[in-house]
Amino acid sequence: MTDITHETGHQQHPLGIYIWVWILLFVLSFFSYMVDYYHLQGMLRWSLIIIFMLLKAGFIVAIFMHMAWERIALIYAILIPPLCLLVFIGLMAIEGEYTTLSRLASFTQHVFMASPVHH
Amino acid sequence: MAHDAAAVSAELDSGKSLKSFVKDWSQDRQSFEVPWGKAMMWIFLLSDTFIFSCFLISYMKVRISTTVPWPIPSEVFALSFGGDPIPLILIAIMTFVLITSSGTMALAVNYGYRRDKRKTVLLMAATALLGATFVGMQAFEWTKLIVDEGVRPWSNPMGAAQFGSAFFMITGFHGLHVSAGVIYLVVVATRVGTGYYDRHRGGNYEMVEIAGLYWHFVDLVWVFIFAFFYLW
Repeated sequence: MTDITHETGHQQHPLGIYIWVWILLFVLSFFSYMVDYYHLQGMLRWSLIIIFMLLKAGFIVAIFMHMAWERIALIYAILIPPLCLLVFIGLMAIEGEYTTLSRLASFTQHVFMASPVHH
Repeated sequence: MAHDAAAVSAELDSGKSLKSFVKDWSQDRQSFEVPWGKAMMWIFLLSDTFIFSCFLISYMKVRISTTVPWPIPSEVFALSFGGDPIPLILIAIMTFVLITSSGTMALAVNYGYRRDKRKTVLLMAATALLGATFVGMQAFEWTKLIVDEGVRPWSNPMGAAQFGSAFFMITGFHGLHVSAGVIYLVVVATRVGTGYYDRHRGGNYEMVEIAGLYWHFVDLVWVFIFAFFYLW
């Protein structure tokens, strides 16, 4: 098969790109730590955490795991299926809200607060 | 006509177009033009993605649905070096250790493709050492949480009882992956060092890249745990 030679052929990247991504991951991690250190709150906090997280994840998958150099057939096979997790997340978020509301409506005054709650 | 055929063929060869995707998936032979070990590692990592996602989604669900305040990770995981407690400092150090190990692994893969045996082994050993350091720090973190702060899977003094179960489940499973990865790296590095792949695989070091995929995935999972469990 020509696979192996093709494969080894396109994996010979200069070391520089790895060093750059490495530094970038350090910087992004430092930034996300600073989000917590400076007690940023609200939408600013959530959006910064998500942005830094997705950037880091993207660089790890694309460069460190060589996804950027794979054929689209493999890229789609690996990256499309996890998208259904978004549906799962949505469902569980709705379910979670419902559970909270049920608990607040049914337990708060009568049972929940009367029982010893650990703080 | 010949020119058009050449253009189409070049497009399919590049592997970056929708046409190449359809062609790769519809031909009656292997779809993924990579070594089978690499394709299988990707499939395994895909399944592992779903496992970790289930943990993180269940954590999201219990955190949304609890009526008791969630413990503040920034304070729970603060560490004091004589002075005021520094928030999340141990977790930050662990993150940097894991990213560094991912960097050394990426370099090891690169040197593996250059057939530089010595540098490959050294960089993989460094990666394994950093991984072991990470697990060690995690053991310290668990000890501190269990012994000093009284966190249990069913209760804790700081707030919502589900905090402990989510924490031990998610970080425990990740720590297990790191530990398994360290063993995996040591095995592959030993085989590179002793010339096993030279004797049995015709000097093909693709196993280094496959081990690298697993290791980067462990780092990838930590990115999500760091964001959702520690920072959120």
